[in-house]
Amino acid sequence: MPKTLYDKLWENHVVRSEADGTALLYIDRHLVHEVTSPQAFEGLKLAGRKPWRVSSIVATADHNTPTDHWERGIEDPVSRQQVETLDANIREVGALAFFPFKDARQGIVHVIGPENGATLPGMTVVCGDSHTSTHGAFACLAHGIGTSEVEHVLATQCLLQKKMKSMLVKVDGKVGAGVTAKDIVLALIGRIGTAGGTGYAIEFGGAAIRALSMEGRMTVCNMAIEGGARVGFVAVDDTTIEYLKGRPFSPTGEVWDRAVAHWRTLVSDVDAKFDAVVELDAAQIKPQVTWGTSPEMVTDIGGSVPAPEDFADPVKREGVARALQYMGLSPRTPLKAITVDKVFIGSCTNSRIEDLREAAAVARGRRKADNVKQVLVVPGSGLVKRQAEAEGLDKIFTAAGFEWREPGCSMCLAMNADRLEPGERCASTSNRNFEGRQGNGGRTHLLSPAMAAAAAIAGHFADVREVLE
Amino acid sequence: MRAFTILDGLVAPLDRANVDTDAIIPKQFLKSIKRSGFGPNAFDEWRYLDHGEPGRDNSRRPLNPEFVLNQSRYQGASVLLTRDNFGCGSSREHAPWALEDYGFRALVGTTFADIFYNNSFKNGLLPIQLPVSEVDELFAQVAATPGYRLRIDLAAQTVSRPDGKVLSFDVDAFRKECLLNGWDDIGLTLQHAEAIREFEAKRRIEQPWLFA
Ligand code: SF4
Repeated sequence: MPKTLYDKLWENHVVRSEADGTALLYIDRHLVHEVTSPQAFEGLKLAGRKPWRVSSIVATADHNTPTDHWERGIEDPVSRQQVETLDANIREVGALAFFPFKDARQGIVHVIGPENGATLPGMTVVCGDSHTSTHGAFACLAHGIGTSEVEHVLATQCLLQKKMKSMLVKVDGKVGAGVTAKDIVLALIGRIGTAGGTGYAIEFGGAAIRALSMEGRMTVCNMAIEGGARVGFVAVDDTTIEYLKGRPFSPTGEVWDRAVAHWRTLVSDVDAKFDAVVELDAAQIKPQVTWGTSPEMVTDIGGSVPAPEDFADPVKREGVARALQYMGLSPRTPLKAITVDKVFIGSCTNSRIEDLREAAAVARGRRKADNVKQVLVVPGSGLVKRQAEAEGLDKIFTAAGFEWREPGCSMCLAMNADRLEPGERCASTSNRNFEGRQGNGGRTHLLSPAMAAAAAIAGHFADVREVLE
Repeated sequence: MRAFTILDGLVAPLDRANVDTDAIIPKQFLKSIKRSGFGPNAFDEWRYLDHGEPGRDNSRRPLNPEFVLNQSRYQGASVLLTRDNFGCGSSREHAPWALEDYGFRALVGTTFADIFYNNSFKNGLLPIQLPVSEVDELFAQVAATPGYRLRIDLAAQTVSRPDGKVLSFDVDAFRKECLLNGWDDIGLTLQHAEAIREFEAKRRIEQPWLFA
C-alpha cells in the first residue's frame, strides 16, 4: 500500500503498540530550553532516575535572555534563576551540545537545531515548546510536548503517542513578488482556522512549497501549530540535502552518503491517501496582516477590518467584537490606515538570515517613520547575527533607525525586558497575536519581515510591493 | 498523579472560543521553576484589574467583577465549561497546572487543542469533549441554575445532569486506565526498557548518523 511521509516517519519510530493504538515512539532529538525543563529535571531527580541518552539533548537559553547590554548579565532575578537552573541541570547530566547565555552559538532553540545540523531528516524531534513543528521542514516528525513529557523523554527516550490523521496542504503555482512563506501560512490559517488542523499531521507540498528555501519551509512548519496541527512537515528534496551539507552535526564521508540515500525515501508515495486535502493557489496569495487576537483573524493588505455582524456564528461574532475592542479597532478600517507604535522583526518564525535579508531589502536607504517609537531587529541566533553583520545588514538597519540586538525570543513573548506597553500597537513577524502576548495590553499584528519593515518605514501598514516599486 | 474516578462538582462557565494558554497562565509566571502555586494566577489578565507579577501577594489585588469566575456563585467550582479550541497556543504545562491548582478537576467543552489535551491527562485533569448542541444546553442550564453541578464518572464515561439526562463521552482506553489508577507514565514505560534498548541498538546500526 502506498504510504504517506507521515506513515513512514511513524513506522520508523514505533518501539511497541498497545491494543488501543497507543504507541511507544522512540525520540531521536530532544531540544531543551530553560522555561519548560526545570520541573522535568527535578522530577527525574526526585524519582532517582537517570537520563536515558544524553547525546540526544541539545540545549540553549532563549526565552528569558536579554537582547542588549549582555555585559550586565540577566538583571531580572527570576529570569536569571531559570537560566542558571538550566546551566546547572545540563552541567550535571550532559548533552550533545549546550549553547548557554552569551555563547557564540546561543539562540532560539528552533533556529540553532537546524543551523547546527542537529535536526536531520527522518528524526523524531521534541521540545517543551509548541513551535517544535518548525523542524518538520526537514521531514522530521517534530512536535511540542509538555513538561511531564519532557521528563518522560529524559527518562525513557520515548513518548506515548497515538497516530494522528493526515492532511495534505498543497500550495501550487508561484507566489508573486513580495509574497513570502509567512504570507502562505497566514493565508492557510485564515482558510482553515486555528483549530482546522487539530488532530492532523500536516504535510506541506506543491510547487510553491518546493520553491521555498529551508528558511521559508521552517516559517511555514513553525506556524502549523497556529493552524491547530502539532506537526507540519515537508518532504526531502535537493534543497533539504544542500542545506545540511557541512553543518557541524551533519554526517560526513561514507555515512553522509548512506544518510542521503535514506533521506531520499522520505517522501509520500505517489498514490498515498490523505484523510484531508486543502489546496491553495499561490498566485492568489497577497501579503497578509492579522487584525485580531487569533492568527485566523487575518486578511490581505488591501483589505479592511471586518465587522462582528459579518459572522453568522454567534460565538464567532462575540469573539470578533471582543478582539476589535481589545485591538482598539473599528469595523471597516482599511489595514493601510492603521498606524503602528513598534515593530518587531524576530522570533523562531522569522529571524533567520533570509528573513533579515528580506527586511533589509526594504529598509535599505530608507528611514523609519517618526511615529514609530521602536523597531527591534532580533536575530535568531549568534550565528545568524554574525552572518548578517558579514553581509552588512546591521548597518542597513541602524541607518534606518532600527535597533540591532542580541539573539533570543525577545518580544515574541516578552519574558525578557523587550515588550509592548498597554495599548501599544506592534507590527510583528512572530507567530501569536493573543491578548497580552507581547506585553500586558499590547496589540499585535502578525506579518512577514518585508511587510514589517514596510510598516516601520511608512508608519502604518503598507503594501511592500508598492514600497519596493 | 492523582487518580480520577468520580467527580460531583460545581460548574463554572467560560463562554468564549479559542481560550489560549497565554490567557490561562500569562508568561511572566512561567519563570517559576516549581510545579505548584499557579492557581492564584490562572486567567490572571482577565481575573484581576491590575497587572500580575510573580511573587506578588495576589490576595490583595483588585478583582475584575466582570470576569465570570469571580462571581460568588462559581466559587469552589471544580468543572469548567468551555468552548471550541480551548487551550490553544503554547505547550506550557503550566496551563493545566494552573487550572488544577485553582481547583478544577474536569473540563467540559467541544474541542481542545492537542498538546493541552495531552498535558491535562498527565495532571489528573479530565478534558471531556461533547457535541456542540450538548455544550450549548449545558451553558444555558448553568446560566439558569445557581449551584449547577455535574456528576462525572470516568469509568462509565458519563456526565450526568441534574435533570437526570446522562451524556456519554469518548476517551482513549489507555489514557482512561492511567487516569483511573493514577499511574505514572514513566514507570509504565520503563517496564519496556528491554524493548527500547533493542530498538535503539538496531537503530544505531541502521542509521548511525542519528547517534552522533
Ligand atoms: S521565538 Fe517565540 S514562539 Fe519561538 S520559541 Fe521563542 S517564545 Fe516561543
